[in-house]
Amino acid sequence: MKASAFSYTRVSNVVAALELLAVHGTAAKILSGGQSLMPTMNLRLTSPALIIDIGAISELHGISVASGLLRIGALTRHVDLLKSPDIAMQAPLLSEAVAHIAHPSIRNKGTIGGNLAHADPAAELPACTLVLDAMIVVRSLNGERRIRAVDFFTGSYASALAPQELLTSIEIPVASTHSIHFFEEHARRKGGHAMAGLAASASLAGDTFAKLHLGFFGIGEMPLLAKAADHLTGKPVTAQMLADAQAALNAEINPPDDQQASAAMRRYLARQLLGRCVATMLGRPDLEARKSA
Amino acid sequence: MTAPTPISLTVNGERIEAQVLPRLNLADFLREHLGLTGTHIGCEHGYCGACTIRVNGDIVRACLMLAVQMEAASVETIEGLSDSGEIADLQAAFKDRNALQCGYCTPGMLIAAQDLLLQNATPSREDIREHLSGNYCRCTGYHAIVDAVEATARGRAGLQP
Repeated sequence: MKASAFSYTRVSNVVAALELLAVHGTAAKILSGGQSLMPTMNLRLTSPALIIDIGAISELHGISVASGLLRIGALTRHVDLLKSPDIAMQAPLLSEAVAHIAHPSIRNKGTIGGNLAHADPAAELPACTLVLDAMIVVRSLNGERRIRAVDFFTGSYASALAPQELLTSIEIPVASTHSIHFFEEHARRKGGHAMAGLAASASLAGDTFAKLHLGFFGIGEMPLLAKAADHLTGKPVTAQMLADAQAALNAEINPPDDQQASAAMRRYLARQLLGRCVATMLGRPDLEARKSA
Repeated sequence: MTAPTPISLTVNGERIEAQVLPRLNLADFLREHLGLTGTHIGCEHGYCGACTIRVNGDIVRACLMLAVQMEAASVETIEGLSDSGEIADLQAAFKDRNALQCGYCTPGMLIAAQDLLLQNATPSREDIREHLSGNYCRCTGYHAIVDAVEATARGRAGLQP
């Protein structure tokens, strides 16, 4: 299908975008890379009266590292993240996750700001921001707000971003040299919508998880920082501890039933991902049970 | 403005001035306004890859871009890549290996494959499948397409295809 008619304006700085958002609110949509917005418009799932194209705002581009923080401008494209030595060094989880976002022709346009603002519950980057304890920086004419990723995602395609606000950047504490990560997802085809996925970050003390963050996606209304991780930290992981964690995970997720996968299948995939993640991070293949927990 | 907006761009090296409605997507602009019907439209929401073209050197989905965004852009379509001879060997390999049947996906497939070969002169079969993962083909089962891309890479490297 084709998008319905709309007005279009291209802005060259953030303030101009904010002034338009202040006037038009929910009637306006921000066009960043357009790789989520355009499909929803072509399918007539959304029909904004005004498109505000922010693609030419140079201050929203770029990746920088300063005083222990990795700062990523909202217009940074997926392909930029994928090829960035700074991201590979300071947030290697992101480099790995981005390779799973759609396909090269979409990664050439799609942006991290657009991806997070869209808040697709099956998307990779929202789960990564939870795991990496990222801060989402947004601006309106009233000033700037910094929102912790755990508070940013509020539901299916819903976030704490107000209609008058523009997502301007993401800040991530740089990865410590001791931290390790894991990323895996199950999709019908590579780059397709995840039926279940897991982004994880951890630090080890010997053979024990000192810290473990598990970010699941595709398994509910929004990405989930799983409390099941609490079963796995502080002492060497046993098969029983992992089984307890998988049971706890099962209790805290509420996956959808749709044409991609049944809820039961997503539950199974989520438990298996958890097992694989723990076994891989600890280098303990004995822990990865292939049978249903 | 919902009214026609002027844009100025180059398409396959030729300067184009046009008036476009904001809602017009780039694939429709190329097909309906410029008569460049090699850019195919399959799904119109970014899944199938039939509308793959190059904008400023990067491959993109033409159905997920607006013509009005193309101010000052350099657009290359299958017509341009074909006429310049840039992908003549790749096209010949597709023909030799029966890497197309109905041909609907072929323009997008060729442009995506050429993008891979420009970035990676010696891709593995897995690399080829990965790079073409966003392009659906409902005829060939992909095997012959991977063969053709692999043969082209070998040919360009001066090896036996």
